[in-house]
Amino acid sequence: MGISMWIRVYAIFIKELKQLSRDRMTFGMIIMIPLVQLMLFGYAINTDARHIHAGLVDLSQTSESRAVEQALVATQSVDFIARYRSIKEAEVAITKGEIRAVLYLPADMTRRLFNHPLYDHKQTDSQLTQPIGQWIVDGSDTVIASTIRALRNMPLDEVANHTATRTAPSFEVVQYFNPEQRTVVNIVPGLVAVILTMTMILFTSSAIVREHEHGNMEFLITTPVRSIELMIGKIAPYVLVGLLQVAIILCVGHWVFSVPIKGSILSLLGSSILFIFASLTLGLVLSTIAKTQLQSMQMTIFILLPSILLSGFMFPYDAMPVAAQWIAEALPVTHFMRMIRAIVLRDASLLLLGKDALWLGLFTIGGIIIASLRFKKKLG
Amino acid sequence: MTNASEQSEYAIEAKGLSKHFGNNIAVNKLDLNIPKGSIYGFLGPNGCGKSTSIRLLTGLLEASEGDVTILGKSLLGHEESLKKRIGYMTQKFSLYDDLTVQENLNFVGAIYGFAGKRKKARLEELLALYDLEKQAKQFAGSMSGGQKQRLALACATLHSPELLFLDEPTSAVDPENRREFWERLFDLCAAGTTILVSTHYMDEAERCHSLAIMEEGNKRADGSPQALMDAMPATVVEVSGNKLRQLKQTLTQHPEILSAAQIGAHLRVLVKKKVQDPLSLISKLSDGRETVLARPSLEDVFVTCTGGRHGD
Repeated sequence: MGISMWIRVYAIFIKELKQLSRDRMTFGMIIMIPLVQLMLFGYAINTDARHIHAGLVDLSQTSESRAVEQALVATQSVDFIARYRSIKEAEVAITKGEIRAVLYLPADMTRRLFNHPLYDHKQTDSQLTQPIGQWIVDGSDTVIASTIRALRNMPLDEVANHTATRTAPSFEVVQYFNPEQRTVVNIVPGLVAVILTMTMILFTSSAIVREHEHGNMEFLITTPVRSIELMIGKIAPYVLVGLLQVAIILCVGHWVFSVPIKGSILSLLGSSILFIFASLTLGLVLSTIAKTQLQSMQMTIFILLPSILLSGFMFPYDAMPVAAQWIAEALPVTHFMRMIRAIVLRDASLLLLGKDALWLGLFTIGGIIIASLRFKKKLG
Repeated sequence: MTNASEQSEYAIEAKGLSKHFGNNIAVNKLDLNIPKGSIYGFLGPNGCGKSTSIRLLTGLLEASEGDVTILGKSLLGHEESLKKRIGYMTQKFSLYDDLTVQENLNFVGAIYGFAGKRKKARLEELLALYDLEKQAKQFAGSMSGGQKQRLALACATLHSPELLFLDEPTSAVDPENRREFWERLFDLCAAGTTILVSTHYMDEAERCHSLAIMEEGNKRADGSPQALMDAMPATVVEVSGNKLRQLKQTLTQHPEILSAAQIGAHLRVLVKKKVQDPLSLISKLSDGRETVLARPSLEDVFVTCTGGRHGD
């Protein structure tokens, strides 16, 4: 009894693996989805904006104003791609979208610089204290606006040829884990979660439906195969597929984008397997609901969008409203997003992440039960 | 366990079997008694409830009403254990197009619990029996209709079922393959397998030991082909001559005539049995064209008991 069950599961597993390896398109996608998306997002998504196209209105035309300009370019935050004679011209350019920000340096900039309390020893409480210039920013893009805002307190020691006298910030910030503040470090582990969600749910959600659509199910139902055997045999090959994708993303992320992988391989493997199982059972449940492959595709996208937007991949989880956090908590990907980032970037162990691991485990068990109950060995 | 099934002389017993899909009655109070070791046919047009009846009897669909006993066991509650003893060949090819013949058989073998040498031996036996040795490495999807059908039969009989269901097995093959296929069915039957086959071909139905004529979910008649022909409530008269199309029009108007159909140069007319002298009636109606009495065929039986002409 027990042995014949595993013979049947193995038979389904082998059959599924053979069909998968013969479906070249799908097989290609398993490799290409992580590679292409990693290249795309690794280079494209950058929340610390650099090389923002800016314009310059320099009414001062002094060596100091040129020094300020060079100091700004040296930060790589902005590139001055155009110069304007008046603020009016510059405003038109912003409206047209040619530039995203304008630096206005007034005619008396040099005087302002030397009167500035930071660089002037004598006139500390000077009434003449004024900012040395003004940024006009296209505030519709908040990322750009905050990048420019960060330039407000840029030290200009070298320009003023003095060391600043008073530097007394309220807080000191020490950046752990990602000192260079590169977005890609956070994106790569997140991408593991998003790509796994996409491929795992997509493949399994069509698994049962495909057997129905191709008419294979009518025969399978009349054989002694049990629903739980069918479920296990069908999802097992995709566990391998999922682990292959994790390996591709982390290896490419490590070698191409120099993402440090600090955690242990064992924790990484454990958390990935937990998440793969949770996603696969979610796909199976969808598969028992959908009547056609198109419907299963639609349901996958229905799950995929909140998985990308609410899981913490795009926006910080803590910044979301409570109701959105509840929805996020229900999605397996949110838990995995936390786990994989903690393991890859912060060397957390699986035990430290017990709550998330437990939730993924419970989700899988619940999912298998629901899928087996929903999948009746009947037609119609 | 085997005791009970051996006691029953019927492979399939059904009483008042019905299936409703909403307001639509697909199968209406079907009674069946199919003896072991026979080939039983369901004859009827498309949509008459043949496939639904087979699906009810295999446990694929749940009946709305009625009792079914398969191989001496009540179907309800024994669906899973009975699945090891029955085989089912679906109407549409239901194996995997992207697997080879060998792989398909291997898969089905493992599903039925075959392993190791026993599986290897059984597969070799089936490949030889169904003449698929040359196609063993060929993808099922690239085979001809006849080859696919042989593979499907091989898979359905892999576990040597006691009862085999075939749903329109020959709808996708040529007459040559059909003939050969029926030879294989008689081989299986001779080995003790009970076979239930559905068809809309008269010549196939005629090969069955016994058959049921179905229409709109109802069983209109059943029995052996000979018994059905003998009991037919009509006499067959063949008319030959010219202008048969116009004659057909006038004949079908007559209340004592069930039907008239042109077959080649003849008009085949079914006259109600209660008419004393059918030959003279037809002679009179057909203005002295040549008339002869003919032997009834299964098609005549079918026409007599379907299309609202039954029960008269």
